[in-house]
Amino acid sequence: MALIDLANPTRFLGFAERAMPWLVAATVFAFAIGLEQALFVAPDDYQQGATVKIMFLHVPSAWLGMFGWGLMSIAALGTLVWRHPLADVAAKAAAPIGAAFTFLCLFTGSMWGRPMWGTYWVWDARLTSELVLLIMYLGVIALWRSVEDPGRAGRAAAVLTLVGAVDLPIIKFSVDWWNTLHQPASVFRLGGSTIDKSILVPLFAMAIAFTLLFVTLHVAAMRNEILRRRVRGMRMLQARAQEG
Amino acid sequence: MMALRAILLRDMRIAVRIGGGALMGVLFFLVVVTLIPFAIGPDLALLKRIGPAILWLGALLASLLALDRLFAADHEDGSLDLILMGAAPLELTVAAKGFAHWITTGLPLVVAVPVLGLLLDLDPAAMGVVALTLLVGTPALTFIGLIGAALAVALRRGGLLLPVLVLPLTVPVLIFGVSAAEAAIVGPVPFGTPFTILCALTLASLVIGPFAAAATLRHGLD
Repeated sequence: MALIDLANPTRFLGFAERAMPWLVAATVFAFAIGLEQALFVAPDDYQQGATVKIMFLHVPSAWLGMFGWGLMSIAALGTLVWRHPLADVAAKAAAPIGAAFTFLCLFTGSMWGRPMWGTYWVWDARLTSELVLLIMYLGVIALWRSVEDPGRAGRAAAVLTLVGAVDLPIIKFSVDWWNTLHQPASVFRLGGSTIDKSILVPLFAMAIAFTLLFVTLHVAAMRNEILRRRVRGMRMLQARAQEG
Repeated sequence: MMALRAILLRDMRIAVRIGGGALMGVLFFLVVVTLIPFAIGPDLALLKRIGPAILWLGALLASLLALDRLFAADHEDGSLDLILMGAAPLELTVAAKGFAHWITTGLPLVVAVPVLGLLLDLDPAAMGVVALTLLVGTPALTFIGLIGAALAVALRRGGLLLPVLVLPLTVPVLIFGVSAAEAAIVGPVPFGTPFTILCALTLASLVIGPFAAAATLRHGLD
């Protein structure tokens, strides 16, 4: 099925209806394997003990936080260039999910940082650029919430998303430069180490499970958004009928 | 009383709907607190020392953010004229609007302090003190801001003028808010002295703000 076939919202709803049970089942299955691998198969770290398990939530959510913005950028191109009718629905649905995963990444990171670094937060380059990503997500959500007409809000948010997609790598590099200028990379002890296979396989399994969760939530959120717009349209028609 | 309660609930409902600015202030607060370490460097010891001041400055700027819409939105859709002609005393109505504004923009700032305090490496006790001083101090910021908001409506395009008018008036609140927080965290001044002055400033502005704003609206809009 080509992407253009899904341009019709009704057809998309039908597709979502059929795909949803499979997506949910695949997510549950992937989480069962991923969690089993992460909690029971993967060994404890010789230095960090069991806290290293946080990584299996932390790293996939960091990855999906960035994946979310990538998805929104593609959807923004769809809105501005191809005028795909569902592109802004996809962009709007992805923003809160991406923000939630970014927040989860920061939250698990600070829970992990407390026992390991002795603090919830340091202005390390990676942490800081993740925080900037969260702020940009919140900004896009705020933009969606401040314009009443979904079409206009969609185009404005698409422009902002694309600017963000260009600017985020620049922010990332400038933050790296900013921090290493002031402080040697002594805080971040994770980097540079090669990861053993016993950790890498569970991490990969969890990454797949998280991605499936993202896709499932995204399809569900898109479905809700389409229905919400239909309700809005019907209400306006009703109001117009009452007036005239 | 019924009218005041209706205005309070109406303003709060508008603030959380699409187009309302309820959580925009908190987001702005987060951005300001994030930007400051970029300017002064990621030195946690330094950030910890000036943390209360950063939080207070951020809250002060964030509380200004939604202020120019406070009366302007009502002016545009005509409801401000109804409020002016209504039976309820304008001073009380203005106070109710200010209170609704504080609940939707000031109170979230206080709630956000523990999260932002983590970014600045504040101790739990220090976060508590900053949150307490902000809880007491932000009503003063809002109610002083009422005067600026009323002027912004009366003058037309006063939106840019508003911070220039309001910020100097908030200097005493900033001084005693930060010094109360500093006193509790590092001393040597006892916490009670600046804190009670802060309380007094808030109580005074709760009275002065609505009267001045009501007078401005009456003179500005006829």
